[in-house]
Amino acid sequence: MAMAPSSPGMRAYKHETMTIPNIPILRRGQVYDSLDKAELKSVRTGEPVATVSQANAALIRRDLRRSSREALKSVPVARMLDICADAGRSFMEATLPLGENGTQSPQEYVEALSATSGLPHALVRRNMAKIHQVFTEMPTILRGLTRGMDLDVIDRGSGEQAGVPVSYFAVADALGVVLPSNSPGVNSLWMPAVALKVPVVLKPGREEPWTPFRIVQSFVAAGCPPEAFSFYPTDHEGSGAILESCGRALIFGDQSTVERYARNPAVQPHGPGWSKVLIGDDCVDEWPEFVDLIVASIAENGGRSCINASAVVVPRHADAIADAVAEKLAAIEPRAATDEQATLAGFANPKMAEAMDAAIDDGLNTAGAEEVTRRYRGGNRRVTRDGSTYLLPTLVKCRSFEHPLANREFLFPYASVVEVPQARMLDEIGPSLVVTALTRDEAFIGQILASSNVERLNIGPLPTTRVQWDQPHEGNLFEFLYRRRAIQRA
Amino acid sequence: MSVETEVALGEAARTAAEQLDAHVREIVRWHFSPETGCPFWIDWAKQAGWDPVAEVRSYADLRRFPHFQDEWLRDEPNERWIPRTYTGRPFYVFETGGTTGMPKQRIGWEDHLRDYEEFSETLDEASFPRGANWLMLGPTGPRRLRLAIEHLAHVRGGSCYHVDLDPRWVKRLIAEKDFETAKRYKKHVVEQGAALLKNRKIACLFTTPLLLEALDEFVTVPDAGIKGVFCGGTQMTPQTVRFLVEEVLDNRAQFVPTYGNTLMGLACSRPLTPQDDWSITYHAPQPRAVLRVVDPENTDRTVGYGEWGRVELSTLTREFFMPRFLERDEAIRREPWGRFPWDGVGEVRPFGALEQKTIEGVY
Repeated sequence: MAMAPSSPGMRAYKHETMTIPNIPILRRGQVYDSLDKAELKSVRTGEPVATVSQANAALIRRDLRRSSREALKSVPVARMLDICADAGRSFMEATLPLGENGTQSPQEYVEALSATSGLPHALVRRNMAKIHQVFTEMPTILRGLTRGMDLDVIDRGSGEQAGVPVSYFAVADALGVVLPSNSPGVNSLWMPAVALKVPVVLKPGREEPWTPFRIVQSFVAAGCPPEAFSFYPTDHEGSGAILESCGRALIFGDQSTVERYARNPAVQPHGPGWSKVLIGDDCVDEWPEFVDLIVASIAENGGRSCINASAVVVPRHADAIADAVAEKLAAIEPRAATDEQATLAGFANPKMAEAMDAAIDDGLNTAGAEEVTRRYRGGNRRVTRDGSTYLLPTLVKCRSFEHPLANREFLFPYASVVEVPQARMLDEIGPSLVVTALTRDEAFIGQILASSNVERLNIGPLPTTRVQWDQPHEGNLFEFLYRRRAIQRA
Repeated sequence: MSVETEVALGEAARTAAEQLDAHVREIVRWHFSPETGCPFWIDWAKQAGWDPVAEVRSYADLRRFPHFQDEWLRDEPNERWIPRTYTGRPFYVFETGGTTGMPKQRIGWEDHLRDYEEFSETLDEASFPRGANWLMLGPTGPRRLRLAIEHLAHVRGGSCYHVDLDPRWVKRLIAEKDFETAKRYKKHVVEQGAALLKNRKIACLFTTPLLLEALDEFVTVPDAGIKGVFCGGTQMTPQTVRFLVEEVLDNRAQFVPTYGNTLMGLACSRPLTPQDDWSITYHAPQPRAVLRVVDPENTDRTVGYGEWGRVELSTLTREFFMPRFLERDEAIRREPWGRFPWDGVGEVRPFGALEQKTIEGVY
């Protein structure tokens, strides 16, 4: 409603007629509304869905000059675990604050995230369930990270583990996190920091402020001190300020990001996963049994995660396996966002889809590769539906890892099938975040266990996307945030 | 605004426009007359085929000139810009920001002194006390600002402290993506400024928004005795202004943003009110310089009030005539205000900033 400008004593506000929510900045839990706002649009309709307050880098630097560690120091880990359990419920069920006066129900969260990220509702819900599990499985996660240490040690600073005196201290006042927009699931990686009593400083991905904001609100609703949470939507310079000012930080990006921070012990970069399914000589003749597992590894969560397989490495039967997997992948089609069967995600930025589509076509010009999905797919790889751009699942059979398309990762279900003799597999796969090894050959398993290229290993028929909560992911967060000191008492 | 103020402002605006027209006639006559003018413009008029002295009767008539090309300030010998009256008097040489290679230069005698004396009159006595010392934490070397700030301090009865700062070195580091060294250089500069603030009695500060932010890392500016900050040099978004005022200066030191450069002098900002939502409007030191916000596609057209356009500057002094120079900035055209009864330019930012931001947003 617009007020008459002449009304005495009334000030006309600029955004009076706006009904879309504004996601604010959180400065140690304090809501701050910036004058600089970015608009978030629906990937389907192009309509504005929200504005996001943008933090200037100097504001971030100024805030981070003061430690917020005290906020969590006095809360026992045991209490934090109770908070996590409550927060999990809130995340799934509660209507939580959004902006200064607004609120957000779980359904509104699903719709908003779907609109700006292109994820269909069903995938958003699946990610919600994953985040809920992180909240509720926090005792298991911390047990995994500390290898079963009595968590009182964190509260007291010292204690015993397996009969050995131990002492740990936090090396950072806060954990900075520069988040991507690809999948809400990545938030699971920083959440244990809060349970470990280290405040977090979050920079959300441009299209995905929703999930980290809702997780923070869930923690706070469950009784976690709000001072433990800073939330700064910001630009490149602001991200830099977070990475420099927090004692420890996680950043998600591409290979160049990984290389830039490779030698910085305070920053843990997360880049492409290049996850793979490997089939051993002993099992490859049973390949028809693995087709569904391979398809799931490639296509679950819209193929947008670093734990999705981007290559299938086999010693024989490459043509037959590629053909069978391609047929199933080609059956996956874009559906309405609200369709429960929808598994593909639209691109928030159609130019990105164009660039990936062109990169694949360009790669196919190099001899030694064939796109097998083309046999089963009616038309183009890049399609639009309901105003949204999609890339359809793509499987490319490559003659060797030399081929430019053999070891690539894209933000949609994409994988290569490469035939490599088992003896050479581990030399050729390169760094691989998750390897699913389909083999019963103990000698081969021993070789994989010894390989420094394999970050997570699933032995037997487990999709690459299957994550066990007591296992660390790309480095142990507890050891990243805490250092063990030698301790002796007279 | 009351009806009375509106009428008064309308009259003041009319008077200002008449004064500007008279000033334009005088300056054009000055620069294009053989007795007083400079070789560059006298030769230009010979080739142009029309007589500016006879034909330019008002500010609007300046549109008969093409846009001033700042390359001329690099390619022409400086002697070609000396008005005949100034022959034999050594001149100051002031350089624009620039990067590398031969820089663009504006010569001058007293313009910079007059500009800052005029500006001094607009400063608040409580925040920029008479007799107080200044710190100039900004570009030095062949910069007009370097001498101008010192003159401003002297005019107000104070002295001026300086720190060396070479902005071209910073630009080169950034162009070479050596951000680490750029950061170290910034720290090197700001640390020296903070040391001066801690050890000398200084109440007034000139600096850029970025250096003010950086200074805050070493010293709480209002606690260091600073009562007023005169700030300029780069764009200031409303959010930046609010952050500097509310947090860095803690609402305790006055913040005076300005827009200026070697070619113009400096444009004052009108005091911020809550209705402005931290959006700053600058007014050129008319009639010595005039700012117009033009349609970038058709620069003859001035955009409407409240609309974005490219900033066009005309500098009109006896020392320097520069008609219709297109700045590399864009701004919102704002209405005349109070003691500046002529158009203002709001939220100045680099030309095409929004477009570039969109492209960056792709990645």
